[in-house]
Amino acid sequence: MVQDIEPGSGALAPPPPKRVPVRGRLSSTAASLRARLAAPATETLPVAMRPTGGAEAEPPRQAGAGLLRGVASRLTTPLLPDDYLHLLNPLWSARELRGKVVEVIPETATAATLVIQPGWGWSPDYRAGQYIGIGIQLEGRWHWRSYSLTSVPTQEDGTISITVKAMPEGFLSRHLVDGLPPGTVVRLNAPQGDFFLPDPPPDKILFLTAGSGLTPVMGMLRMLQRRQSMSDVVLVHSAPSEQDVLFRRELHAMAEQNPSLRLHEQLTDSMGMLGLDQLSGVCADWPERETWACGPPALLDAAEQMWKRNHLTGRLHVERFSVQLDGAGGEGGTVTFGSSGRTAEVDGATTLLEAGEAAGLQLPFGCRMGICQSCVVPLVAGSVRDLRSGAVHVEGDRIQTCISAAAGDCVLGV
Amino acid sequence: MAVTDIKAFAHLSEADVTALGEELDAIRREIEQSRGERDAAYIKKAITIQRSLAAGGRITLFASAFPPAWVAGTTMLGLAKIIENMELGHNVIHGQWDWMNDPEIHSSTWEWDTTCPSEQWKHSHNFVHHKYTNVVGRDDDVGYGILRVTRDQKWHPIYLGQPVYNAMLALFFQYAVALHDLNIGEIRRGKKDKRTTLRQLKQIGRKVGRQLGKDYVLFPLLTGPQFVSTLTANAAANLMRNLWSYTVIFCGHFPDGAEKFTVEQFENETPHEWYLRQMLGSANFKAGPLMAFMSGNLCYQIEHHLFPDLPSNRYAEMSVRIRALCEKYELPYTTGTLAHQYFQTLRTIWKLTLPNRFLTATSDAAPETASERGGSVQEIRGLRMPERLAS
Repeated sequence: MVQDIEPGSGALAPPPPKRVPVRGRLSSTAASLRARLAAPATETLPVAMRPTGGAEAEPPRQAGAGLLRGVASRLTTPLLPDDYLHLLNPLWSARELRGKVVEVIPETATAATLVIQPGWGWSPDYRAGQYIGIGIQLEGRWHWRSYSLTSVPTQEDGTISITVKAMPEGFLSRHLVDGLPPGTVVRLNAPQGDFFLPDPPPDKILFLTAGSGLTPVMGMLRMLQRRQSMSDVVLVHSAPSEQDVLFRRELHAMAEQNPSLRLHEQLTDSMGMLGLDQLSGVCADWPERETWACGPPALLDAAEQMWKRNHLTGRLHVERFSVQLDGAGGEGGTVTFGSSGRTAEVDGATTLLEAGEAAGLQLPFGCRMGICQSCVVPLVAGSVRDLRSGAVHVEGDRIQTCISAAAGDCVLGV
Repeated sequence: MAVTDIKAFAHLSEADVTALGEELDAIRREIEQSRGERDAAYIKKAITIQRSLAAGGRITLFASAFPPAWVAGTTMLGLAKIIENMELGHNVIHGQWDWMNDPEIHSSTWEWDTTCPSEQWKHSHNFVHHKYTNVVGRDDDVGYGILRVTRDQKWHPIYLGQPVYNAMLALFFQYAVALHDLNIGEIRRGKKDKRTTLRQLKQIGRKVGRQLGKDYVLFPLLTGPQFVSTLTANAAANLMRNLWSYTVIFCGHFPDGAEKFTVEQFENETPHEWYLRQMLGSANFKAGPLMAFMSGNLCYQIEHHLFPDLPSNRYAEMSVRIRALCEKYELPYTTGTLAHQYFQTLRTIWKLTLPNRFLTATSDAAPETASERGGSVQEIRGLRMPERLAS
């Protein structure tokens, strides 16, 4: 699914995009990573067709505005006009995408929707189902996470929304749900990911979701609803109880309005987990449906296996919330970050990206899960281990810092 | 001869130096762990003040033909340039605010309002000067390649002109800083790669062009008939910044008591001795909160050299503890009023126009340099003799 970089295959890895988003340190456990993977579950998609993280979301340059900015920046050099303007209004800067929280809507006991007014430089032509990076400042430090957009690109007021579920061990998600007063200024990263519906949408769709995995699908459903082009859709969603089902009222209203939308709520506290072998029971024609699945790793792994067994891999689209770093651990060592000369002592379980950020460096990164290659850097000396596969990369390779750990001392060319 | 055996010079045993080093490490850890909201708010406020002054100055100068507006606009712009260079640029580029993980206040992205490109500054200052501090022959900040500031530097007739060079350096300080990383000495000796030199020159040229274009072409043109008065105002603001930053920086390592070191000392040095060299090689000056802010907290040069990447707003509280440590280990804590420190600096520069044979003090016990051969730092600098040594 994800192409690994083998020694000598560096050419496969695209260079980091020009505007590399910068995100903060995540909490130490890999499981709490909220970065998402939007990978079409297909080996057949040619490399060239893969979206290059975020590039498609770059706003189109308007010649007039560009010229004006160019002239103005000659006056403000070495700063940009934005560096002054954002002091008047925090949203008046395209140097770093910013947004203002305009409303926090509680969804369930542990989840809330943040409605955000994006500032200058935000391009509204994202696709429902994509995710954004959001940065918030907490005790002086900026922390970054990724969340699926639940808003629809054509929203008239120009706001966007994300729905956040507080994770037990996630101090940041808890802060987002409980503690973000309207008016808070946040940083944003351009929408990314290829977990979205084609245009026009397929005739028959299955959405297979669990927990907060519903969020990107909610964006898609809202888009279908808004365009009044609801195809034959089955939503199979799992949650512990009715109170835990996100957007429950809206979903039921949608189903009432659209006879072509059918809901199956699997309330796992009372009904038990939905084994995929029971899928035919709730959606008999699933093999005929183009499927989008989002939820915990176990569900997605099972779905991938089942679709593969039935030779339907190309019809399953998967969005992962967290990466499983369960390959063999590295051995740890001293990592030297070439250009700055800074070093860090790391264990075999800490990714090089986390180690660099902990040392105060701003390293290029993108998905933080090993798929987008934004974080690829040359390995100048030593060796590192891919935490997913256990594969060892050696000097001269270009490696992904977000999923690699030191296997002995190493030097990175960043 | 400068200091070759720092332990002997400071009259500290190996164990003392280690204990001192561990106390300094502990201060670093404490500050690192307590960085937070308060510090982030400080730098944000500093940036807001600086940009407001800059914008206010530029706008006021649209009436630059009116003398009070000329004075007010020039003052605001000059202050903005000073704050930008000292408290913001220098400190941000040191990585003092990298911990915030804010891409807009980060050492990797900050470009400052002076002709020196940040990238070159990071090499000549953050790396060369802060690693090799006051090591004669390694630290290019010892005399900046054109001044003789210690009698450890060999005399040459060219130094007869150094009062003039010094004045030029003060007036055109930003250009001297811009050319610093080129290392003209090495270019002259043919030691430097031509391609690197060319690349650096291009980078400097681009930056100088933009800076000159802004201050001497675009803003004057925008004010129309007041072209000339706006231009003189901008020149005066740049001059104000040059003189101030020159003074602050020269008072960091050139006043009496800021010791110089030999390459041998550097080569045999432990990390804890590095701390000791920073303490003995730097000089503070006395400043209230406003002057501290305007100097980019470089009035706490000793603290800055011990912890160049810790936030500048914390140097004041650190200074109390560093001073106490100096007392405890019977080490000098070199400080004085700015006027006093600058007077000593100037005196050294004037004096050292002459070769050593016309000077009374030897290089082992001179005001600007001393060594263990001339005695202990306590004897030479007139401190109380440590009891353990007196016996």
